Amino acid sequence: MGEGTRNGDRPLEIAGRTFRSRLILGTGKYRSNADMVRAFAAADVEMVTVAVRRVDLDRTKEEGILYHLDPEKVFLLPNTAGCYTAEEAVRYARLGRAAGISDWVKLEVIGDQATLLPDVAATLEAARTLVEEGFKVLAYTNDDLITALRLEDAGCAAVMPLASPIGSGLGLVNPYFIREIKRRLSCPVIVDAGVGTASDACLTMEQGVDGILMNTAVAEAEDAPRMALAMKLAVAAGREAFLAGRMPRREVAVPSSPRAGMLA
Amino acid sequence: MSFRGTSLKDGVKMAAQDGMAVVVNGEERRFAPGVTVAGLLEELGLHPRMVVVERNREILDRERYGAVEVQPGDALELVHFVGGG
Repeated sequence: MGEGTRNGDRPLEIAGRTFRSRLILGTGKYRSNADMVRAFAAADVEMVTVAVRRVDLDRTKEEGILYHLDPEKVFLLPNTAGCYTAEEAVRYARLGRAAGISDWVKLEVIGDQATLLPDVAATLEAARTLVEEGFKVLAYTNDDLITALRLEDAGCAAVMPLASPIGSGLGLVNPYFIREIKRRLSCPVIVDAGVGTASDACLTMEQGVDGILMNTAVAEAEDAPRMALAMKLAVAAGREAFLAGRMPRREVAVPSSPRAGMLA
Repeated sequence: MSFRGTSLKDGVKMAAQDGMAVVVNGEERRFAPGVTVAGLLEELGLHPRMVVVERNREILDRERYGAVEVQPGDALELVHFVGGG
């Protein structure tokens, strides 16, 4: 409690920047760029992630995401996806910053190809370097409280524990750890990866976290713009439910209608 | 740097023995000696505002694209933003 005001909610604030929307979307894997743009409009997103890759020299036109997104209208968060070492992630972060949009980075250092689980030691090392270089670091990490605390200590602008592995759509596998991370950290906690459908997003927000970052759940839905809308509503509903404070769980039934006044 | 044995990529106007060899995004390409980074981007059909250039592992300031001459054997990485999560 105490997160919202009586008349609503305070906006999400990360590194001094405020966002009305608590939903952050990725820009990968959409069937078409038009589909992606429609999804972003439906979700009313203000921040989306992008990856840094080599230009394909044989197809230099119309390939970059900047041909489809206006950085004035949607805040672009470059990621270090695909990096397996701290050094590599720092290199990608610097390239992303050199694009001249911001000094924000979604730091991601992968430790295992099969699960895409993060290498938390390397993430921490890269986070320290990048914070020192003035980056606003939003660090993707495991649902591990100790790593989350260390990332906050390192100066990360936000800590982003996973709900479940990237692209798995398995939903929130460890609500307790996510709740505990949120309870213990002062910086924003954004759950990143693993959400599969709207109920996952709602349940995740009900844990009290500050926001959710997702990509595949929207991009791979049969109707991406429609799922984007569903996610927007689910994130808002989960947030409201958290702020409202849910009723206690009871292992007994309690009638909702009066016991008194029954006919003889 | 020897030019011998280098293969021609499609679309490269110069003959194999002409120009200087530069490694762009991991591929050897040939350009006229003295070409600037801005000139190289133009030749490749790239808008300078849409790419970030890393030259021999150092990021190049966009304002310097017109001034910096590409040297034989330079390793250039031309990157941009693509879809990702």
